[in-house]
Amino acid sequence: MLEIIRQIPIDYYVWLSTALFCIGVFGVLIRRNAIVVLMCVELMLNAVNLLLAAFSTYLSDAQGQIMVFFIMVVAAAEAAVGLGILVMIYRNTKSTDISLLDKLRN
Amino acid sequence: MDSLIPLIPFLPLIGFVINGLFGKNLPKSVVGIIGSGTLLVSFLLSIWCFNEVGTSGAIHVRLYNFFTVDGLQVDFGFLIDHLSVWMMLIVTGIGFLIHVYSIGYMHDDDGFWKFFAYLNLFIFSMLLLVMGDNFLMLFFGWEGVGLCSYLLIGFWYTNKEYGKAARKAFIMNRIGDLGLLLGMFMIFKTFGSLNYEDIFSRMASIRMEMGVITTICILLFIGAMGKSAQLPLYTWLPDAMAGPTPVSALIHAATMVTAGIYLVARCNPLYSLSPDAMHFVASIGLITCIFAAVIGLRQNDIKKILAYSTVSQLGLMFVALGMGAYASAMFHVTTHAFFKALLFLGAGSVIHGMGGEQDIRKMGGLRKAMPITFWVFLIGTFAISGFPLLSGFFSKDEILAFTYAHGGMVWWVLAGLSAMLTAVYMSRLLYLTFFGAFRGTTEQEHHLHESPATMTVPLAILAGLSLAGGFLNTPHFMHLGNSQWMAHWFSWVIPMQEVHLGESTEWMLMIVTTSMAVAVLIISYFIYTKKSSVPVPDAEQKGLTRVIAHKFYVDEIYDFLFVRPLERLSRLFHYYVDMQGIDGLVNGVGSGVQKLGAGFRKLQNGNIEYYLIGMVAGVILLLLTLFI
Repeated sequence: MLEIIRQIPIDYYVWLSTALFCIGVFGVLIRRNAIVVLMCVELMLNAVNLLLAAFSTYLSDAQGQIMVFFIMVVAAAEAAVGLGILVMIYRNTKSTDISLLDKLRN
Repeated sequence: MDSLIPLIPFLPLIGFVINGLFGKNLPKSVVGIIGSGTLLVSFLLSIWCFNEVGTSGAIHVRLYNFFTVDGLQVDFGFLIDHLSVWMMLIVTGIGFLIHVYSIGYMHDDDGFWKFFAYLNLFIFSMLLLVMGDNFLMLFFGWEGVGLCSYLLIGFWYTNKEYGKAARKAFIMNRIGDLGLLLGMFMIFKTFGSLNYEDIFSRMASIRMEMGVITTICILLFIGAMGKSAQLPLYTWLPDAMAGPTPVSALIHAATMVTAGIYLVARCNPLYSLSPDAMHFVASIGLITCIFAAVIGLRQNDIKKILAYSTVSQLGLMFVALGMGAYASAMFHVTTHAFFKALLFLGAGSVIHGMGGEQDIRKMGGLRKAMPITFWVFLIGTFAISGFPLLSGFFSKDEILAFTYAHGGMVWWVLAGLSAMLTAVYMSRLLYLTFFGAFRGTTEQEHHLHESPATMTVPLAILAGLSLAGGFLNTPHFMHLGNSQWMAHWFSWVIPMQEVHLGESTEWMLMIVTTSMAVAVLIISYFIYTKKSSVPVPDAEQKGLTRVIAHKFYVDEIYDFLFVRPLERLSRLFHYYVDMQGIDGLVNGVGSGVQKLGAGFRKLQNGNIEYYLIGMVAGVILLLLTLFI
């Protein structure tokens, strides 16, 4: 199993996670739909998870994978809170467009 | 009893405070009583001082130490000697009469209480000026009278021209004050003190350069030029006629303008050391004397004629000072105070009767309607012209005799000429105003009336003084008794000066000048009572008459030489330095910060995406700086 995994060079994992993370960042920056933004945040978190898991396997160290579990828990909690807020926003504004939420301006 | 002396100046100050603070709510009679009453007490105290000084010599009262700074000790003290007590008598005595007169003259004015407050403040300043025992006290009073002069000239401040005249007087005086101030600095540097007694006692022991003394004297004289309206700083005095007539009488004829004479007479030990400075004083005096007299010949405003006459008489006093005849100058100050106050108050009475008219071309024949005013005016005119045995005759003759003895023939002829011109313009004024037919409107003719008793009684007293004032100091060669009394009186302060010409020469000089004056008075009666000799309206003036009537265009020349270039310079500075430079800098800082803020404000648009973009861009920048 380890051999199989190691046939794929670590560089690939790094590139893949970087690509995923960048997609997440651009998604957050560009998209206006709050659900999509939350999904993109999730994407960024998982890009990091992937990298952690990959390195932990390559280095035969379980600490990285433990960290991944923590992150998943936090991400689940964050998604729950975020979606909760989103529902409230939708009820009040009948929209999920985050660019409408600029009441703090001026 | 010496403790009463400070009351002399401070009583008018108290009057000023009471009238100034509460006068608005007091009835006019109370205001008048406070204003004149305080002065009457001061006058009585001055008489007591006069008596005291006469029997036991100068009194020195030191109230407290004004300040001590690095070797300069200035006391708030009074020096009552023969010179200052005489000035005190003139200031309080004439001042009191003019206060009483003002009660009648200003009766219908809304600013009645203010007027009396200012007058009292003026008397206070003038008394400080003459009573102070050092130059700083003198300067204090000097500035005080300058201020009061400004306030009173611009008393009818709603008229813009009057306000301008007030400012002109203030600024012209300020030029002279600079000279006085510099002179005081030099005195302190040379003598190490500002106290008169210290200075004059140290004069013998300190080795001084001639140039220093001359410079001090000339600087002090520049101060006197401003205050006493001498060429080239005289132009404010004729304009000062904008003030109410009692002010013209009090300040611009009888008291304030004599401050310059007092200053030079007070510093006579200094001046006596410097023949150059004396010569300078006499020259300026003589030029002013003739110049002002010539202008006076063609003026048509009753007060303007008297104003130029004042300038001219002051010039004559400076001639006397320059000739070393300090006591004669003080004598002329005294007689001039009598008859010039009389003339001004008489003119005030005329203006009062004419309902505000000041142009002598519109008067005429007033002697029937205003007999008292006519007679006192006649006495004043004859006194100033030098009619025999009236006050002006003695004082003017004494100055002319000194001029002949110390200056020579040319000086005497020129000074005598100006004395004759005095007779010409004064008789012109008298005859045009009081003789002939009335030339004003019928309404004015109907309005004509003699002034109330508060006005005519002071006039009568002043007329008496003008008649008899000359006997204070009769020439020794006339053997009238009381010979040279005033010169003897002043001899404590001013060394006795004698004219050594021989009796026949002195008689000769006197007869020549007096007969000229009398001849002028008689000839001009025949000229000016004729209808055809009434001066033409301003627009029809031609040639030399026009030039003289316009006062030789001196105001215009000053305007061209000083006022307008300065104004242009100020405008330049205003525009380039102030508005563009300083304002630009200040406003630039403000608007720069505002623009910067407006720029930054765009960042805070409340749009989360922008914040995130900023954050990401920041992280990328951070990474780039870390790894590259």
